[in-house]
Amino acid sequence: MLVVGDRVVEVGTVDAPPKGSVELDAAGCVVAPGLVDLHTHLRQPGREESETVATGARAASLGGFTAVVAMPNTEPALDSAESVRNVLDLATAATAEVAVAGAISVGREGLRLAPMAEMAQLGVRLFTDDGAGVQSAGLMRRALEYATGLGVTLAQHCEDATLAADGAMHEGGWSSRLGIPGTPALAEEVMVARDLALVRATGARIHFLHLSTAGSIELVRRAKADGLDVTAEAAPHHFTLTDACAAGYDPVFKVSPPLRPASDVAAVKAGLTDGTIDAIATDHAPHAPEVKDLPFDQAPPGMLGLQTALALALTELDLPLARILALMSWQPAAICRLDPAHGGGQGGPVAPGAMANLCVIDPGAVWTVDPSALASRSRNTPYGGRKLTGRVRHTLFRGEPVVVDGEARR
Amino acid sequence: MSPFPAHLLSMDDLSPDDIGQVLAVADSFAEVGRRANPKVPTLRGRTVATLFFEDSTRTRLSFETAAKRMSADVLSFAAGSSSLKKGESLRDTVETIEAIGIDAVIIRHASSGVPARVAQWVDHCSVVNAGDGWHQHPTQALLDLYTVRQALGGGDAGLTRFEGLQVLIVGDVRHSRVARSQVTAYAALGAEVTLVAPATLLPPSLEGWPVVAVSHRLDDVLEKADVVSLLRVQSERGSGAFVPTLREYTAGFGLTARRAAQLQPDAVILHPGPIVRGVEIASDVAELPASLITEQVSNGVAVRMAVLFLLLGQGPVEGVHRA
Amino acid sequence: MAERERSHTRPRGAVFVPRAQVMSAADVHRATTRMAHEIAERNRGLERVVLVGLQTGGVSLAEQLAATLAEVEGASIPVGTLDVAFYRDDIGLRPVLPEAATDISFDLTGTTVVLVDDVLFTGRTIRAALNALGEYGRAQVVELAVMVDRGHRELPIRPDYVGKNLPTRRDEMVDVSADGVSLGELVTR
Repeated sequence: MLVVGDRVVEVGTVDAPPKGSVELDAAGCVVAPGLVDLHTHLRQPGREESETVATGARAASLGGFTAVVAMPNTEPALDSAESVRNVLDLATAATAEVAVAGAISVGREGLRLAPMAEMAQLGVRLFTDDGAGVQSAGLMRRALEYATGLGVTLAQHCEDATLAADGAMHEGGWSSRLGIPGTPALAEEVMVARDLALVRATGARIHFLHLSTAGSIELVRRAKADGLDVTAEAAPHHFTLTDACAAGYDPVFKVSPPLRPASDVAAVKAGLTDGTIDAIATDHAPHAPEVKDLPFDQAPPGMLGLQTALALALTELDLPLARILALMSWQPAAICRLDPAHGGGQGGPVAPGAMANLCVIDPGAVWTVDPSALASRSRNTPYGGRKLTGRVRHTLFRGEPVVVDGEARR
Repeated sequence: MSPFPAHLLSMDDLSPDDIGQVLAVADSFAEVGRRANPKVPTLRGRTVATLFFEDSTRTRLSFETAAKRMSADVLSFAAGSSSLKKGESLRDTVETIEAIGIDAVIIRHASSGVPARVAQWVDHCSVVNAGDGWHQHPTQALLDLYTVRQALGGGDAGLTRFEGLQVLIVGDVRHSRVARSQVTAYAALGAEVTLVAPATLLPPSLEGWPVVAVSHRLDDVLEKADVVSLLRVQSERGSGAFVPTLREYTAGFGLTARRAAQLQPDAVILHPGPIVRGVEIASDVAELPASLITEQVSNGVAVRMAVLFLLLGQGPVEGVHRA
Repeated sequence: MAERERSHTRPRGAVFVPRAQVMSAADVHRATTRMAHEIAERNRGLERVVLVGLQTGGVSLAEQLAATLAEVEGASIPVGTLDVAFYRDDIGLRPVLPEAATDISFDLTGTTVVLVDDVLFTGRTIRAALNALGEYGRAQVVELAVMVDRGHRELPIRPDYVGKNLPTRRDEMVDVSADGVSLGELVTR
């Protein structure tokens, strides 16, 4: 393959590389369109001690991502053109494309609509109050109608606050024995059901963030069968870990939505296999050690994900590489409108003339996760010491090799 | 006999043999408590620290008395003191403890799992859980067992009488660390445990709980009971939102004089304290001979001495048999 | 005493294997009778004498001595039992659990306490017993009666009444029971 500037020029045997070319060895590897993460927390502004746009983008590149969608639950929230522009400016020097998801409501408080049009003018195509769900059905309906008018997509963190209460883990056998307040599967499913009814009534489009229960996934399956414009994502921790992990009270396993029992994990895998779930999104959520190292019920939820997502998918899912790439590259690219169909350069196809956003994957490489070697500013990964198969060897972002032989270039 | 565990975090850590051992050793310490000078040199030179992130004067004093009666040096860190600010890194606190050279740390915390985390981080210290969130309060369950064994005649004979004993645990089981410890404790000795509570005050799942029955009507199960163990209505831990009013709770689940009269003649009543008179138990019922509430408190010191002795006072236990 | 010794750094599940019987049941009985007479002789009158048997090996011997003294002198001697687990100087180093609760229901002030144990070895148990006794009043005199003195003292403790002096190797074990006294070994299973 030959890449010149920011474009793919030749695919196939390259007989005469131009003088001064840099050669990247890709023997035994697969060259794929760069991965696109629909769900990353870059923490800037407000929580720079845990991550910044720059460090998050570096972690993304190492994980094979050439684009990430930055969540708006920063401090302050990304609910205005000004705050969105601020993050976009920070991202100009980043090693991956940073698209911003704007908030649905002002301050993510769920009371009044945020100025979605002015954010859309800056290129925002996805809106969410992630970290929380929009509690009011009335407001959600209005938001869906407004979004439809703008041609943008709303994404929901499905969690009914009154059902979730102070839950810190999945409500079930484990939470009862461990004495930890639980969040029932109901809290997620009730909002999925409500939003599907709203979508049915308004004809709007919706994307569901991090679905984690069998019930939610079945609701989406039926909605798609009925022809509703619904997409959904799942996070790697929801197909690799269960609520039993909380037994040692280590807050690294605390996440929202929480880790679920094996039956839900199986349902997530089934949803990824049969197309009910369209994308794997990391929900990369860095937290500084002094913040994460609190008692389980007090610690903030979230775990790192950018550098382990692809390997977890390759190791734990019984799916062909092409299907995994669909889930991690071109399908998410389409959902957040970064694909060529919407004028973007993400998600392939890898062909002459395409923007050179590529990741070179060594599907057979075996490696062990070392938390201290991760590019993130934080260390809260539950996978430390885990052996995984499949590793990103090189990443090209707009033609620039930002990761070479597994090392970040900048 | 296998060695006594290194930490006491949960009743799940103790085998039935371990429990028997604690109770037997507690008899010896009860005798010490009856002396004019209730002190033995057993833990001289050792340091025991109480770390009470959640206030409880009674339990803390009980532990400190136990340690002092064994001649240990006692350091106390109580909630509200500057060294235990909320949110201060647990890990830092633990490192300080190890640096000072403390042999046992007794922890009470509003969050489940804190003693378990501390035990994961320490190398040379024994951790005793004095109550963590909703999770466990093992020494309370042990002193309850000791008290019931006393009522059953004491000694090994008393211990065997737990087999088939009908135990009711009444009240806010959902939010109760005492209940979780008691269920394991009574079941370990062969008793049959019935949980009695309004549906909203039971845990979301009873998967893996060694209970034989659940009842929402105290009146239905009172007559069979040998032991009625009442739980506190935990207003500070959120019971309030789970029942409409305390009056409704008392009407259905309070041990009133009328209900006490229905109990078998030998049945006994326990409560971990502090009692809210008129809610969980009527004032006059608390004073009945069947009520062992004051015995529970006085047994607490001997049982906690036994726990500290078994954690700190001996090397690995080896059993030997005659040929 | 044998039980206490056995638990001293022995591997789990070790079994006492007797090699030789050094005193028969009859020998033990005779020695007990002789010691009772010696106690009575030394303490002319037995007025202030009390017997305290160490748990568990010394308890039955103390009871036997009391019974014999009652027969021979017509005196009713108070008998108490003492567990010294909490007074050992090697707490945390070897596994010693209290075997039974202490029961001394009389004031020891001004009495002659005869401590009774089955085997005297290093002397540490007796030292612990002396410490424990102090909690029950200030005895006038403390004497020591043992069925077997097997040597290897580590402290300046000596018995006043001995059933039998028995030289032993350190690694041997002495077992005292109603059937007599045997010398043997601990064997790991």
